[in-house]
Amino acid sequence: MTAAELEKPRLRRDFAALRGEFPALEQLVHGKPLAYLDNAASSQSPTAVQEATALQQRLNHSNVHRGVHALSERATAAFEAARDKVRGFINAATTKEVIFTRGTTESINLVAASFGRRLAPGDEVLITWLEHHSNIVPWQLLCERSGARLVVAPIRDDGSLDVAAFEARLSSRTRVAAFAHVSNALGTINPVAELTRKAHAAGAVVLIDGAQAVPHQRVDVRALDCDFYAFSAHKMYGPTGTGVLFGKSAVLDSMPPYQGGGDMILTVSFEGSTYNALPYKFEAGTPNITGVVGLGAAVDYLETIDFRAVRDHEHALLEYATRRLLTEVPGAKVIGTAPAKAAVLSFVIDGIHAHDLGTIVDREGVAIRTGHHCAMPVMDRFGVAATARASFAFYNNFDDVDRLIAGLRRAVEIFRG
Amino acid sequence: MDELQELYREVILDHNRNPRNFGELADATRVVAGVNPLCGDKMTLYVKLAGGTIEDIRFRGTGCAISVASSSLMTERVKGASVAEALALFERVHELLTTTPHDHPQGPDGLDKLAALGGVREYPSRVKCASLAWHALKSAVGDELKANVTTE
Repeated sequence: MTAAELEKPRLRRDFAALRGEFPALEQLVHGKPLAYLDNAASSQSPTAVQEATALQQRLNHSNVHRGVHALSERATAAFEAARDKVRGFINAATTKEVIFTRGTTESINLVAASFGRRLAPGDEVLITWLEHHSNIVPWQLLCERSGARLVVAPIRDDGSLDVAAFEARLSSRTRVAAFAHVSNALGTINPVAELTRKAHAAGAVVLIDGAQAVPHQRVDVRALDCDFYAFSAHKMYGPTGTGVLFGKSAVLDSMPPYQGGGDMILTVSFEGSTYNALPYKFEAGTPNITGVVGLGAAVDYLETIDFRAVRDHEHALLEYATRRLLTEVPGAKVIGTAPAKAAVLSFVIDGIHAHDLGTIVDREGVAIRTGHHCAMPVMDRFGVAATARASFAFYNNFDDVDRLIAGLRRAVEIFRG
Repeated sequence: MDELQELYREVILDHNRNPRNFGELADATRVVAGVNPLCGDKMTLYVKLAGGTIEDIRFRGTGCAISVASSSLMTERVKGASVAEALALFERVHELLTTTPHDHPQGPDGLDKLAALGGVREYPSRVKCASLAWHALKSAVGDELKANVTTE
């Protein structure tokens, strides 16, 4: 071990103490302590993030990249510091490759709109059956505009991607391959490095939807070698309305602007305009400055945490919840049993619709997501209209799982008498 | 009775378990598809209108207990009713689902079993589950026939 490594502060893995740093988790809901198990939809923020956004709003509120006054300089410094934090967090080569957006959805729309301009009839976009609507619909719209064809790689009965079928659908016609790192509806972890290699071999550009991966594992965009990686702040303990598009400089440089406006130009005249350099070329208008500062604080927070321990802890919660669900809740069935699976438990219970489950456990203070999870094709694939989904974060504990199981047993009692 | 039992009253659970008038209606004169985009609930309502009367009515679809029970209770209640009666009932149920009890000028009188649907008032996210079938009914028997109904 080098001297530098010895001096590094020890990464935190004291999950009970970490939980105490999330004020929202200390409240009562319907008179019961909150068990928040809807982290795949949005995760709670620690005090450190809340203080950073409050400070930005209280004292540093101003516009970025414009003013010469102190507040604007402070806001700009905080905004650009966040960009460098994100760069380090995902191991991008330069801050030019970190574009701030409204979230994963806008990041994907940016690529579909801008990179998509070069698509033509005969071209194909390859996605998978696991995708969230935000990684389906932008490509559908692009295909409608361009005459390109949307191709979908199937999944197996356990919810894992059929990699051979994915590969078989790649060809010289494939211009873009877009796939989730982790499925929001089922928790399946895709072999994204392998998929990226195969897509690159076919000559396609690769976009990875990392919204569900970034909060739970370290992501290294250079190791993955993807061309684009999209994620959202609010699923990684940061604020809503802010996200990131990582893009390789060479690819981003070759793309036309996404939206026009302030900040993305160098010069404007009525005869024509010239565009700003990366990353500003893709950041038209005043960005969500407070959100970005909060995202920077969330990255700082996550940098103190032992992600290997996070994975083990979340996996233990998933295994415990799965076992208790299947042994103690009559008629329960898990949807999505891929060998590589994140801490997402999607399930149905015979004779009880997911919405009714959601309402009943809510009254016990347990927050879960119910419905189609913005992944209707996944629901259709498994022949269900909706599932209930418990998704875990490092601040969850075994008591949260016990409360979920008790709530589900209450639902069975109400429905079966 | 706690709040959950208020929502999941026996009549709701019964109509969810054994929905009345469930299935297609081959000689329907009106067919309306209803969808709740929030949750993906879908229902198709089949109505056979004859001389201003709902001669027969059936429904199909998937949904939560509230939505299935509401469809079932609705079809049971309006079968044999006139279009005018059905539309008046729509207004009363809509009021029941969306306003506080003391605002009901007519009170729950005459709603009978339908009063059980009032339990959703305490659950704002579930009001749409109960109202989908009624919007489909209104669309099916109203003058302006809309082929698709959503709760949005």
